[in-house]
Parts: sequence; C-alpha cells; structure tokens
Amino acid sequence: MNLWQKLACAVLAVVLCASVAANWLAPAGYAKQYREATNAPPSRTHWLGTDEIGRDRFARILYGTRVSLLLAPAAALLSTVMAAFIGGFAGYLGGIWARMAMAVTDLFLSLPWLFLLITARALMPLNVSPLFSVMVTFLLLGLLGWTTAARVLCATAGSLRSTDFVCQARAAGLSKRRLFWIHVMPNLKPVLYAQFWISIPVFILSEANLGILGLGVAEPLPSWGSLLKELEGMVSVGEEPWKFVPLILLVVVVMSFQLLLSGQEQVAA
Amino acid sequence: MLRAKIAGHALVLVATVVLGGFLSATLVRLAPGFDADEQQLDPHLNTESVQALRAARQLDHNVWRFYFSYMNRAAHGDLGTSLALGQPVRTLLRDRAPLTLRLLSVGLALAWMAALSLALTAAWLRRSTYDVLTTMVSGTFLCIPAAVLALLSVLWNVTGSLAIALIVFPHVYRYARNLLAKSYTLPHIITARARGLGEGRVLFWHVVPGVAPQLLAVAGVSVSMAVGAAIPVEALCGLAGVGQLAWQAALARDLPLLVNITILVTLVTLLANCGADVIGHMVRGQDS
Repeated sequence: MNLWQKLACAVLAVVLCASVAANWLAPAGYAKQYREATNAPPSRTHWLGTDEIGRDRFARILYGTRVSLLLAPAAALLSTVMAAFIGGFAGYLGGIWARMAMAVTDLFLSLPWLFLLITARALMPLNVSPLFSVMVTFLLLGLLGWTTAARVLCATAGSLRSTDFVCQARAAGLSKRRLFWIHVMPNLKPVLYAQFWISIPVFILSEANLGILGLGVAEPLPSWGSLLKELEGMVSVGEEPWKFVPLILLVVVVMSFQLLLSGQEQVAA
Repeated sequence: MLRAKIAGHALVLVATVVLGGFLSATLVRLAPGFDADEQQLDPHLNTESVQALRAARQLDHNVWRFYFSYMNRAAHGDLGTSLALGQPVRTLLRDRAPLTLRLLSVGLALAWMAALSLALTAAWLRRSTYDVLTTMVSGTFLCIPAAVLALLSVLWNVTGSLAIALIVFPHVYRYARNLLAKSYTLPHIITARARGLGEGRVLFWHVVPGVAPQLLAVAGVSVSMAVGAAIPVEALCGLAGVGQLAWQAALARDLPLLVNITILVTLVTLLANCGADVIGHMVRGQDS
C-alpha cells in the first residue's frame, strides 16, 4: 500500500465513521424542518445551512452518506454473488452453457447502463415509501450490475477448468459439485474480491445519477443523489457554494475508492 | 473469416431484435392498464360497439397471439402508442432522433479529439508531470456523476454536446493512454527507439498503427457511453431528444415508449460495436 492509498483509506474511514455516528453528530435528524430558517446560509446552528424547506444540510449529508456508503457495498455484494454463480458456473461447465451465459451477458452489456437502470426502475412503482425506494434502488443496482463481473469470472473459471490440478481431481473421480466448490471457487476469490470493490464506486455514482433524475431514493430520506438534486436550481457557482459540499464529498469518496483500487483493477481484468 | 464475423454479428442483431420484441411485448402486457380502453367509456357508443371493442381486446388475452400481433406490427413499423403523450412512438422517435444524433456526434467527436490529443501528447512527451496532470484531470471527471456534469453545463451555460464530451472523455483518455503506454514496452518499439528513430516517427509509424484495432473497439464502446450520457444531459439541459423522452417515459411509467426506446438504443450500440469490430478486423487483416 503506497502513501496515496493509505491516505485514501484514512479518508474513507473518517467519512464512514462520521456517517455511522450521524445519530450523535446530528441528533435532530435529517427530516426535522426549521421553518423559521429556510434556505439559510451556514451558521453556528446549521453548519452547512438549510435547504428550501428548512432541513439541516449537514445532518442530511451525514445520513445521506450513510445510505450511499452502506448500501452500495450491499448491492456490490449481491452483484458479485450473482456474477460468481452465473459466470463461475458457466465458465466451469463450458460449452453451450458458457456460450449461452456470455450471449446473455453481451446483450446486457450492449445496453447503456443508465438506460437499463431507468427502464428497470420504471417497472417499479415510483410513489413508494422512502425505505422501499432505497431497497428498490440498490437492489436494482445489484441485480443489474453483475454482467461485467460475470464475463471476467466466466473466463477465469474456463481457464481453471483445464488446469492440471482440476484435471487430476476430475480423473480421481471427484464429483462436479465438489470440484467446483473445493477447487474452482477458492481460486476465483481474488477476482471476486476485486470485482466487489470495483463495483462500489460504480454503484455510488449510479445511485447519484438516478437520484438527480428523480428515480432514486424517495424524500425525505437523503442520499447523495437526492442531495445533489439541489444543484438543479442554482444560477451561479458563487451564489451558494455550500450546496457543492455533497458533490465534493462524493468526488473525494469515489476518488479514494479509485486510488485504493488501482491495484485491484489488474486482478479484476 | 470476415464474412463469418459479419454473419455472427448479424445473427446477434437478429436475436436481439427477437428477444427485445418478446421482452417489449411482455412488459407492455404486464403494464398497469393493459386491459383498459378509454373508448369503452365513450357515452356515444352503443352496447354492441362496446361489446365489439371488448371482443377485440379479448384476442390479446392469448399470450402467443398477442406476441405474434405485436411483433407483426413492430415489423411493419408500428411501435405502438405512448401512454403518457398519446402519440405514436414512431412519430415521437422520428421527431426527436435528429437532435440526439447531432448531440452525440458532436460530443463524441469532441471527446475523442480531446482524449487522443492528450494521450498522444503524453505518449510523445513521456514526462511524468504532464502524465500525472492529465491523469488527475481525467480521473476527477471520472468521479463526477454524469448528471452532475449535465447540471454544471447548465450552470456554466455550455452546450449539451460539451457535457457529453466531458462524460465520455475520461473513459476514452484512460484507455488510450494505457494502450499507448503499454505499446512503448513492446520489444520492437524499444528496438526502434534504441536505433535512434525520432519520437514522432516511433509514435505515428509504429505505436499508433499497433493500437488502432483496440482504439476502434473503444470507439464502439464510447458510442454506448455517449448514448447513456444523453439521458441526464437532455433531461437536465432541457433538450428535446430521445434521452429526454426516455426520462419522461420512465417518470410517467410509459412502458411501451420506454421499452421501444431501449430496444432502439440497444440496436444502435450493437451496430456501433459490430462496426468497430469489423473495421478493427479489417485493419488487423491489412497489417498482417
């Protein structure tokens, strides 16, 4: 781990700790409205001001960070598990299974990611409770984000199929299931690990895109996407610069992930 | 070999259309209000007319008949009617496609010009400071959501195509830079440089032709990226293109419109990828 990666790790740790401690750092919560101070600039009571209906922006950023930072890994885990099953199994079985799995994967990959997401999101009801909207958003990210990882895993499992130790195990009479779980799967772990970490910043950015387009997490629950939606009505950058804090935080977090993962990308490929 | 490749791609395209058609028909059939027909509420219609309308809709209850008639209509250019806008999908797409095409072509051209000029300069200069600087700039753009870049383009009053260029540029730059940097470690390039060949000659005679097929593949992928970027850019910049139409359809849960747009977009991106693959194959063929 080089100096930049250590710094990225520290930044992520601080942001994660702050978001987890949101209940203590901002005890009033993300939904409380200060009606006497709507659209207020930063002050001692409201460090980053308030939004148009008087909610404390600092509290909303903390809670929004928690939503994005905790659920993006959950979605990444789901997509990695799906990729392991679909890509790993297909690659291990080879032949028609691998070709079929790759044809489906290619079809998914040929669709622009955002198009796929908004089409799938539109199938779900939009007028839902905030908690359900969070679940739907991140579940969709997880369910649709497995394709790239599946492609890599299929290729890796396919190459493992013809290795000496697998051939020897097969010749010794090991069943297919045992062979897959005991010999193939453990060797897929580095790729799975890399794919999991690579998916996190992708899902964070995707949720932000969906949120800005009004298809993400429903109000009043904050997420980075819904917080960035505030930039929509701005006239100039100098007007209310504190509205850019969620964007700066998002860029710093995603950049930290990118720095941390610079070594993992080679493993994933 | 080339014919086999083209035939393979054509097969994939046909399969996509058939599968996409089935998917489209399924979603339209499952969509809320599928069975409802406003005409039946018309007080001017008598009982026989209403019965006739109901009988006509009953035919759609047979899944296979519905799929067949849906695909048949689609093959004849009838893509259905938008639930939210009440207009034929075909008309909506025909009206909005030119703007999106213009936006995408200018955006892609700008992104490629910026990415290639920066990557080639980085490869030519081979100075770490310049390389770090350009990598940092492109890396920063990679960390900004596409929708935020679209919002910033509205804020700074720049065109939508520039926003698309800024979204696509860092991806293209990263690939191009990595490909060019990797090429400089190849034995024949090291030999050419060791023999005293000028940097410009090495770059344009030996490095660029070697990476051309891979860059063509990236060109195909960049079309897909640009099409994806068209949604936030058109939606947030108020541009009446296909991207904005898709966004409006998603918000209104207008499935016939949304699914048809998605299939169209899939076809466009598949065609771009196939074209890039075939041209790349031809370039490789010429080299060998």
